[in-house]
Amino acid sequence: MKYRRFLILLITESLILLGLLLWGHYRGQTEFVRLTGLKDLVTSLMLTDLSIWTEARYTRHPSQTDLFSAFQDCPGCLEHFPSGSIVSVPPHLRRPEEIP
Amino acid sequence: MRRHLFILEFALSGLCRRRYKNLALLVAYSLLIFIISSILFLTHALKREAELLLQSSPEITVQRLMAGRHALVPVDWVDTIVSIPGVIDASPRYWGYYYDPFTGANFTVLGVRSSEFPLKGREDLDPEDCLIGSGVSETGLLRTGDSLVMVDPEGIARPFRVAGVFSTSSSILTNDLVVLKEETIKRFFQIPEGYAVDLVVRVANPSEIDTIAKKIKEKIPSSRPITRTEILRTYESLFDWRSGMVLSMFIGALLAFFIFAWDKATGLSAEERREIGVLKAIGWDSSDIMEMKFWEGLVLSSLAYLTGTITGFVHVFMLGAPLLESALKGWSVLFPSLKLRPVIEVYQLMVLLFLTVVPYMAATIAPSWKAAMTDPEEVIRS
Repeated sequence: MKYRRFLILLITESLILLGLLLWGHYRGQTEFVRLTGLKDLVTSLMLTDLSIWTEARYTRHPSQTDLFSAFQDCPGCLEHFPSGSIVSVPPHLRRPEEIP
Repeated sequence: MRRHLFILEFALSGLCRRRYKNLALLVAYSLLIFIISSILFLTHALKREAELLLQSSPEITVQRLMAGRHALVPVDWVDTIVSIPGVIDASPRYWGYYYDPFTGANFTVLGVRSSEFPLKGREDLDPEDCLIGSGVSETGLLRTGDSLVMVDPEGIARPFRVAGVFSTSSSILTNDLVVLKEETIKRFFQIPEGYAVDLVVRVANPSEIDTIAKKIKEKIPSSRPITRTEILRTYESLFDWRSGMVLSMFIGALLAFFIFAWDKATGLSAEERREIGVLKAIGWDSSDIMEMKFWEGLVLSSLAYLTGTITGFVHVFMLGAPLLESALKGWSVLFPSLKLRPVIEVYQLMVLLFLTVVPYMAATIAPSWKAAMTDPEEVIRS
């Protein structure tokens, strides 16, 4: 019977997902302890942002950007303003070794 | 119950008759759910991580705006700020960016006072020592005891001995950091005496933060106070699935899904129409045909939903989202390893369900309903 095979597959996948969610819950608690430890680092270094995008100052510190230009200075980057999105990146900026 | 099972059996047989087409459909559908779930899980985990960590960020950061741009802050603003009731302390912060031409990476250079020294087992940094993040260490192939060479504004190469490397577990905070002693960073960036990059204000009562920020702005009009709430809100909106960066990634996958569902909704194939006509001619009710189509949609969408969600979970939380990394990374040379805390809420699973399964089910049932309502002879002849 095909429906039996389908139900077995459905239940197996549901159990795998449930298992992953339980693993996530357990791992989340362990990770929570690690992250709580990192909070001391945030306090001692007086950090304001996560170190995710390091390409520009407004992406490295999004919370500290200017009032008037959320994404500035870089044509081709994600922009609030339409012109910034359509102006392409100058070739010399693509080759960091050529920057004096 | 048996009747429903037989209709399910019939629906499964129908799907098996067109097995290659349906298999391709299942793969494409699962892939779309995988992409959408990966984006949802990743952004949600990043949002929660930012929320947890940045709760410890400074209550207020004070910048100075001059001619519409950031400028160095006079350190004597500290006295003005400390005189505001409710302020415990205000201290200058020295930091900046350094572009390393050898690796093409941008470092964040940060000055610390001895009292804030973050390395356990040591009390202080020597003036020529530095601590580096794991990203800086990997990019520059630097280990403890090596020298990190940075060129100062006068063009003189200054070597700094690496006194320690931040562990990869903290890379989401420290990946691109180069920590120097406060005096060293002032000398290196040639920050004039009596000035700092910004000020950090500690407030006794968190509920007074906004009031104190307003008072700072009143007392020093050229200042720009940024509160902790604003920092938290920045990350909340940055990683919200309905806005900003995420939407730009998300919208592509979602559009692909809607085109897929729309294609399904615009009509049945001639073979499917004939099947419906034959079933009606041999005595099936319209409700039976609708139920069969419901089962067909449910079989495909439940399998695709579960497969897509499971693979999305594994991709983000076990493998560190390698397929999304290049999209997120942009031009960044240094990018932290995304070992995220698995945070999944029922809300996310429901969002995923409503964005994918519900439109697909509707797209499967609607044209079948139309065909089931038509006269069987007309359906077969058409």
